[in-house]
Amino acid sequence: MNIKNIKSQFPIFSKKINGKPLIYLDSANSAQKPLSVINRLNDFYKNEFSNIGRSIHSLAVNATNKFEETRVGVKNFINAQHKEEIIFTKNATEAINLIATTFGQENINEGDEILLTELEHHANYVPWHFLRENKKAIIKFAPVNDDGDIIIEELKKLITSKTKIIAVTHLSNVTGTIVPVKEIVDIAHKKNIPVLVDGCQSAPHIKVDVKDLDCDFYAFSAHKVYGPTGVGVLYAKKKWLEQLPPYIGGGAMISEVKKNKITYAPIPEKYEAGTMATAEVITFNESLKFIKSIGMDNVINHENEITNYALEKLKKINSIKIIGNPKKKAGVISFTIKGVHPHDIATILDEDAVAIRAGHHCCQIFHEKMKLTATARASIGIYNSKEDIDMLCLAIENCNKIFS
Amino acid sequence: MDLKQLYQDIILEHGKSPRNLGKCDDYNHDAQGYNPLCGDKVHVYLKLNNEKKVEGLTFEGEGCAISLASASIMTELVKGKSFNETKEIMSAFLNMIKNSSNIQSNYLDEDQKIKLMSLSGVKKFPMRVKCATLSWHTLFSAIEGKVKKINTEVVD
Repeated sequence: MNIKNIKSQFPIFSKKINGKPLIYLDSANSAQKPLSVINRLNDFYKNEFSNIGRSIHSLAVNATNKFEETRVGVKNFINAQHKEEIIFTKNATEAINLIATTFGQENINEGDEILLTELEHHANYVPWHFLRENKKAIIKFAPVNDDGDIIIEELKKLITSKTKIIAVTHLSNVTGTIVPVKEIVDIAHKKNIPVLVDGCQSAPHIKVDVKDLDCDFYAFSAHKVYGPTGVGVLYAKKKWLEQLPPYIGGGAMISEVKKNKITYAPIPEKYEAGTMATAEVITFNESLKFIKSIGMDNVINHENEITNYALEKLKKINSIKIIGNPKKKAGVISFTIKGVHPHDIATILDEDAVAIRAGHHCCQIFHEKMKLTATARASIGIYNSKEDIDMLCLAIENCNKIFS
Repeated sequence: MDLKQLYQDIILEHGKSPRNLGKCDDYNHDAQGYNPLCGDKVHVYLKLNNEKKVEGLTFEGEGCAISLASASIMTELVKGKSFNETKEIMSAFLNMIKNSSNIQSNYLDEDQKIKLMSLSGVKKFPMRVKCATLSWHTLFSAIEGKVKKINTEVVD
């Protein structure tokens, strides 16, 4: 794979940050956009803009068709059975909130248990916490070990007759752990417990096949998949979407509205009230095409190569401690440097135009478990090269110099 | 160049070996500060005597070099000052962090001003300003005794 060719498709890399070429290692936070995606958004607004749905004019018909094309694109991207199983939201957080709220409304009562893990992003904890507050539900956390792997035996022990749902990340945004979701789904389904998978980090970086995983719900966001902000995806098995109550009420999600009675639209519209991020959803299809043009196998191979190179090089720097050593790992590397706080690391690296993230990465539960208040995180995307990693290491040496 | 302005020797030195760390004896005021964006925490302990003079001032906390240095320098300079002097120094400091590279205060000598001015480089790093001001806001709430826990997202 020609990485220079890929990088050149991203206009941001022709910009200078602090007078230096950008080394972007924050893709776990949000990915940069290829020109085809940026152009699509521009084109749509310039030449094709209309809202979707009810109107009969040509622009509306075209926009509606394009919107639905993205739905099919997403369906194929994660290998869902039906396109109606794809719901667009404003982000993955909203997708998880949608399920926590609607599933909770119907299925969670006082004393019922929700099983999460210690690896979860706040987006896959806080929505469930609302049920703890409102419904007096109980939240349990399957523990992780020091390697950053979920201890499956312990997870099994935490399942009781009161467990109503299991919500788990597919890929940790701190340790890069690839979680054996299929195994967890198997365990859960044997006891008739549905599973929600937070796929924010997995969707852009590993092959996702929701049919094979057999998960009930899978949530991810477009902006991490080289797409626009403002678009999230909720995949849910058809039976759930048909059975659960609607989430947001308003236009487009109704079938018939009377003074004394309202009926709801069939899925997916039932869950897409009001004007959606029309242009962004339509644009997102271009991101999926971009990934397809590279090929997911090539994405995985390339990112693995860069990740392994980074781990090897970082381990050679004595002052660095890498957080976690999971059995299967993707391109998310969190680390600390002895004697340098992660925020100081991020500021110093930024001077060299090396963009990383510092903090708890919305995973305070995991950081507390590891007795850390903050870590620095370098995360890899399709455009990263070995030279980027060399620059990261040089910039880290600069930290050590300043703080020596 | 800017990095050197930010990480001056005095900041690195205070960051590495913060002064007045821990709880002071017989403290009668305290407050906690928290920056939810980065997780920095500080707990300020203050002993005000009957004449409202700062007899003791210490802190506990975890954070970056900037926040530890700022808290450390603060405890050194404010100790021995009266209630009103402390408030003047605090607003002079906050004014410098936002608007100026100099500090205007009637209650600090030149050496003390130089120490505080070492933190003025932070204004070129907007994401880091709150690191420098957290301990000062916390001191303020300890003195005022109105709020026990402050949060950088609700103060300037």
